[in-house]
Amino acid sequence: MSVSRRQFLKRSTTGIATGVGLLGLHPSVAASPPLTLKTAQCKETTTICPYCGVGCGQIVSVKGGKVINVEGDPDHPINEGAVCSKGGALYQIANNERRLKKVLYRAPKSDQWEEKDWDWAVDRIAKRVKETRDKTFIGKEKGKLVNRTDGIACLGGAALDNEECYMLSKLMRALGLTYIEHQARI
Amino acid sequence: MTNHWIDMQHADVVMVMGSNCAENHPLAIRWLQRARERGAIIISVDPRYTRTSAFADMYTKVRSGTDIAFVGGMINYALENDRIHKEYVVEYTNAPMIIKEGFDFDDGIFSGYDPKTRAYDKSSWAYELDNKGVPKRDKTLQHPRSVYQLLKKHYARYTADKACRITGTPKDEYLKVCDTFTSTFTPDKVATWLYAMGTTQHTHGTQNIRSYVILQLLMGNIGRAGGGINALRGESNVQGSTDMCLLYHIIPGYLKSPHIDNTSLKAYLDKWTPKTDDPMSANWWGNYSKYVVSLLKAWWGDKATAGNDFAYDYLPKRSGNYSHISLFERMYDDKIDGLFCFGQNPAVGGPNAEMERSALGKLDWLVAVDLWDTETASFWQRPGVNPVAIDTEVFLLPAAASMEKEGSVTNSGRWMQWRYQAVPPPGMARTDAWILDRLAKAVKKEYASGGAFPAPIVDLNWEYGLHEEPDVHMVAKEVNGYFTRDTNFPKKNKSFKKGDQVPSFAWLKNDGSTASGNWLYCGSFTDKGNMAARRTPEDAINKLGLYPQWAWCWPVNRRIIYNRASVDPQGKPWDPNRWVIRWNAETKKWEGDVPDGGWAPGTKLPFIMRPEGVGCIFSTSLADGPLPEHYEPLESPVNNLMSSQQSNPAIKIWATPGVDRIGSRKEFPIVATTYRVSEHWQAGCMTRNLPWLVELVPDSFVEIGTDLAKRKGIEHGDRVVVSSARGKAEAYALVTERFEPFDIDGKRVDQIGLTWHFGYCGLAKGDSANVLTPHVGDANTMIPEFKAFLCDVEKKV
Repeated sequence: MSVSRRQFLKRSTTGIATGVGLLGLHPSVAASPPLTLKTAQCKETTTICPYCGVGCGQIVSVKGGKVINVEGDPDHPINEGAVCSKGGALYQIANNERRLKKVLYRAPKSDQWEEKDWDWAVDRIAKRVKETRDKTFIGKEKGKLVNRTDGIACLGGAALDNEECYMLSKLMRALGLTYIEHQARI
Repeated sequence: MTNHWIDMQHADVVMVMGSNCAENHPLAIRWLQRARERGAIIISVDPRYTRTSAFADMYTKVRSGTDIAFVGGMINYALENDRIHKEYVVEYTNAPMIIKEGFDFDDGIFSGYDPKTRAYDKSSWAYELDNKGVPKRDKTLQHPRSVYQLLKKHYARYTADKACRITGTPKDEYLKVCDTFTSTFTPDKVATWLYAMGTTQHTHGTQNIRSYVILQLLMGNIGRAGGGINALRGESNVQGSTDMCLLYHIIPGYLKSPHIDNTSLKAYLDKWTPKTDDPMSANWWGNYSKYVVSLLKAWWGDKATAGNDFAYDYLPKRSGNYSHISLFERMYDDKIDGLFCFGQNPAVGGPNAEMERSALGKLDWLVAVDLWDTETASFWQRPGVNPVAIDTEVFLLPAAASMEKEGSVTNSGRWMQWRYQAVPPPGMARTDAWILDRLAKAVKKEYASGGAFPAPIVDLNWEYGLHEEPDVHMVAKEVNGYFTRDTNFPKKNKSFKKGDQVPSFAWLKNDGSTASGNWLYCGSFTDKGNMAARRTPEDAINKLGLYPQWAWCWPVNRRIIYNRASVDPQGKPWDPNRWVIRWNAETKKWEGDVPDGGWAPGTKLPFIMRPEGVGCIFSTSLADGPLPEHYEPLESPVNNLMSSQQSNPAIKIWATPGVDRIGSRKEFPIVATTYRVSEHWQAGCMTRNLPWLVELVPDSFVEIGTDLAKRKGIEHGDRVVVSSARGKAEAYALVTERFEPFDIDGKRVDQIGLTWHFGYCGLAKGDSANVLTPHVGDANTMIPEFKAFLCDVEKKV
């Protein structure tokens, strides 16, 4: 059976604890209970770093429904366990007071956000899409069929998963948009 | 990328130009270090001595916007010294092909130029064909109209002296770079070329890349292990989002978005399907119809039939340019009412950012989907603006982060990698998939009772499971593709049932029997399962670190593309020590990487995506010329030394009064460029909200050379104001020797640089560098000029 680097490191934990005494550390340290990793008894999932295009593998450790650690995946052939400053800070994406947790709405001329629920927001956006599309839709241009919606534009996608990008591309084109652009252009 | 990250370890020379990978792709350095341990030389060419320069073995400076002069001189050096891989050049590039009579080049302008439209009629940039319709070749390369001779003539003007007078590069260092790089012309040596936005974000960005490609083709370095032309992509899924074609000009799988003149599916296919009469050309794009029809079937299912052109009329038809700059110019002109923004922040990342922020105020509604409040979502409460004067209705929808959802991302090396949900998103935050699913269903409901041309919406095939969260596996399976009915392939002795996954794009058909959302990803989710989720760390037999069973790679899990160019016409690897594929004469099969087509050696040309079948030293299709020619950036401190044509003659000049201002060199004498730091990312939301990263780099800064700083009375740590014709940005001065003045033909030219991550939201705030940058783009792609513009800098009083 092949042993992955990850499994090897895990199995070595006991070895590290045993080895502490040999390194000549203070006896009280050596006498303490065997070291356990903070990620012990965590649910682990692999992920790919959301920052640059290298595509480093990472391991997310979850305890009590909370992300408690993110580290490089030692089995991943590209980064072999290493991460950069941004990849090493991924924990703070999962645990961050600044994350949006509610639907926010700013009415015309208002100077503040209001909290709304999803049903209201989705329904209102759909109605605005229809209203704008119906108003700006071009069936024919210079006598030729174009079936195009020039009044709506769509930006973004490089931070989305492939499946989401595909859904976005499909939905916006079905709506007749041609102003579809994203980070790859700039 | 033609190659991938791990492959960089096989290079003998690594050219990093237009990239600062140590800063922006830190783990790339792992593989460059491995290359160096094998004896490779790493070269860094950059206006500034960067973290990559500090890592490199060789550094020399180049003034921003002068890559073509620099590389043009390298091409000339290679040709003058006969440092080319002759057999590769003759067999695998268009160097021996003859160009028709009538092609000309004079004083910076190619034949066919119309100054009124600022566009070229490209009919004179064409091959001379034989009576079978195949381009004529002179394999001795002596014909005066052969691409090789035209190339030689064009770049004879780019002497080392001339190149250095334009670029400001010290000549001794320049010649060392030329010598080192062109040492890889022998078949047993190879160089890789790494570039990023330092190359593309120019008015001649496409031609910058073309100049690198020409040199790599002359060296015989494309298709090889340790070689290729590698764009280092800056976002985790910007490769995937490009593959899914969230760009106006293409639909998933790099198929052209239909143009107004493509009035039927037949007209569309006639226009865009590349044709060849050369039996040696595989011309893979000849399969265009299969990919388009399969896409239409995936989108409109049973409503797409042979009788209605597979619902081709449902696709919108374009009749102009709809790229980022055009989009914002139109929005500023009050002609766009609604905008969706999925995780993009143009108020910081867009060129001429204050103009783009003003444009947002002309929208009726804006839907921003993000993890954070962004400068774009909060444009109406930016400093100096009265919210009461802004009528835009804004929805800010909370999205899920990468570890809060399941799905795949495609890295720069084209590896499609699956990731898993670790935790649910916080509070009411939802995945983009969930948001899109809800939105699609709500819009479908609205149109169920009528409206403008409701058919494409009502008929849209949109069934992703019965649960609250759409099933991303169902989406991934649709992207791959499935059979829509029982289908037999008698010649291949194979049959499929309705609903079976299509094993690879070789099985896609144009009769409606297959549906595939993106032909390039066909093979990623087959009846064998989700290939992107694979984690078997075994290498292939060539032991190059291809790891063919780790994740999945488009196309067809081919890890190095154009790999048929890594072998000679007999199928023998140019370099047996670093072989990518090789022909096994006994089994009559290729070994190693997935070859670019399984044909026997010598029966098909290697560049299968080109109708010529070979790598193009001479391009017949670009907007601004068949060979890269040096022009100055639109804003430049000097006159063009190559010709009287000052800037790229084929760029669009935007001229919206009051906002599209171009600066004079008298008022703004200093060259400015923009860039990133390792600790922040793009427009900043994903890093300026993280305390650890904010602690590392809390503020924006401007790097200023010691000499310029002294003349301006600026000291390290001073607050300074950088101004351009578009605006002003304040930041800390970082006075450094990393920026040296340039000697441009006897004139002293200074250059400074700014980080562009900052804005008025987030934990760390600061002025956005993009309030300085112009609304002008590349002649082919309209990618904005972020890297070379004029400014001035003063100490803040």
